[in-house]
Amino acid sequence: MKKKVLFSLKSPYRGHLDVTGFRFGHGEKSIAVVGSMRGNEVQQMYVCSRLVQELKKLEAEDKITENCEILVVPCVNYYSMNIGKRFWAMDNTDINRMFPGYNLGETTQRIADGLFTKIQGYKYGVQLASFYQPGNFMPHVRLMDTGFTETEIMKDFGLQYAIVRRPRPYDTTTLNYNWQIWETKAFSVYANATDTIDDKSAEEAVLAILRFMSARGIINTHIRPGYCTEIIRESAAVQVQSEAAGIFRSAVNVGSNVERGDLIGRIMNPFDGETVSEIRTPVSGVVYFEYNAPLINEKTVCYKIITNDRTEKKF
Amino acid sequence: MIETIASADLAVNEKLCIQKRRIQNGNSTRRLSFVTGTHGDELEGQYLAYMLGKYIDDNIDMLDGIVDIYPALNPMGIDSITRGIPMFDLDMNRIFPGTRHGTMMEVICSSIVDDLSGSDVCIDVHSSNIFLKELPQIRMSVPTSEILLPYAEHLNVDFIWVHESATVLESTLAHTLNTRGTKTLVVEMGVGMRITREYCEQLFDGLVNLMVYMGIWKGEAPQVRKPVTSVNREVGFVNSGAAGIFVPSANFGDEVKKGDYIGDVLDPLTSAVVERVEAVCDGMIFTLREYPVVYGGSLIARILEPVKEGKAE
Repeated sequence: MKKKVLFSLKSPYRGHLDVTGFRFGHGEKSIAVVGSMRGNEVQQMYVCSRLVQELKKLEAEDKITENCEILVVPCVNYYSMNIGKRFWAMDNTDINRMFPGYNLGETTQRIADGLFTKIQGYKYGVQLASFYQPGNFMPHVRLMDTGFTETEIMKDFGLQYAIVRRPRPYDTTTLNYNWQIWETKAFSVYANATDTIDDKSAEEAVLAILRFMSARGIINTHIRPGYCTEIIRESAAVQVQSEAAGIFRSAVNVGSNVERGDLIGRIMNPFDGETVSEIRTPVSGVVYFEYNAPLINEKTVCYKIITNDRTEKKF
Repeated sequence: MIETIASADLAVNEKLCIQKRRIQNGNSTRRLSFVTGTHGDELEGQYLAYMLGKYIDDNIDMLDGIVDIYPALNPMGIDSITRGIPMFDLDMNRIFPGTRHGTMMEVICSSIVDDLSGSDVCIDVHSSNIFLKELPQIRMSVPTSEILLPYAEHLNVDFIWVHESATVLESTLAHTLNTRGTKTLVVEMGVGMRITREYCEQLFDGLVNLMVYMGIWKGEAPQVRKPVTSVNREVGFVNSGAAGIFVPSANFGDEVKKGDYIGDVLDPLTSAVVERVEAVCDGMIFTLREYPVVYGGSLIARILEPVKEGKAE
């Protein structure tokens, strides 16, 4: 293992921001894994740190395939992590909306560029991602559909679901999108939590990434099989919106199977405790996203359900 | 008439309401929409909204048409000095046209677009952020410029920046409305979290002039300046190469030559000048850094180059 500073930025009042990478193996750039880019993505950094531990063991056992190089970047924006902010501490910009970056541009464009130049050229790219709403996801792998990466490859992660997302304009400046434009087959792995550590999901994410590396011939070791992955278009998941505001109590967990009409959550008046809305699922299926903040506004997406009946929408 | 065009219940005993004021007189149904407050730290448009509404109220007989004023598309952001939408990651001006089936703010954005669509002209007023100060200017993309330039020239701004299209900008309010046939001009002026009275008064004259041009104002058109445009010109970006405190030596609107001294980046700990900042090209400074703390890459100035030789403005 080689630990190296990939990009360094001077600060007027703090130590340098040193974006650090861990390299395993030698030869062709096979896979790069990027963890936290936002200050609250603790779980994403944790998954990478555990992956580093696993790869150290594999390297010591000579189980990294010859002529394969693996790069892991656990954390890009630890400046914000250390002061409890999600985005870049100075101007609140999101590094994951600055790709491919620009070396003569604004600070976060330079950070994106500094990172991107070092993670470009890898055959595969994996980003540990978080969602822009508070909530829990079933661990899954996601692909931004640029037409460059074959969706079938996602099955090698062995996660229960693989989601294909049609990019929207604001997605075009993310790492995942730009990796693909620069010909890296890129995926985002969602490991449930963001600002808390969920060991079970972290282990599942680490195993999924190792399983992918094994299936793609980057490591020579057997990883226990995962799920027979189902590939689904994001649009095939039904979004359930809250019809009222108040205190939100969920009645199900991510991964729960639900039948149409089941009570899946409840919203209560925050002052007198009266139930103001019962949230019932409009479809039968599996809950793959669950809002997890205690307070909820009206018209908030509180559940995403992968329907059992996807005859029309199935990918 | 004050109308709530979009609303949603907030978690605890409160409602988010997006409001507009409609002022109507005469027979014409031609409509000017004035919209601002998308970013909660941009306040120049607040004073302008007041000025416009008051002037029309005081001279209502001069109006022959409709003026809709939307002072705060992001009221929670303005109230909490937050640029974005509190408790929501995405920039409000990156989620248009919104959707009826998305998150709360996407639903709100969808209603805003529905309400603004059909205006004859829409003026979307932004300030800069807290970091930069901008000369009053209008920004538009190349594909929209043919339609929008004649309107922009009436608005009494110093500068019209016609820039290349970018995919990420397709999710702005202006792009959405222009795509739907509602002519929308984006104004940038001043600095975040402040009101620059001089600039508001300048744009106010431009708005009255525009209303005359649209045929909805019977009064005399104010004298307005002829803006320079970026057509056949380049814009030079001056970014800090060092981290420290930027102290400017140049002013807004200054004409500079390439290599001219613009200011210094200083290190307060060592009392060293860590960078002498110089103009990257000839031209006029139309953006200048206001917030002193800089990192490598922080934008310090933008310079509009002169018209290229042999080209017309």
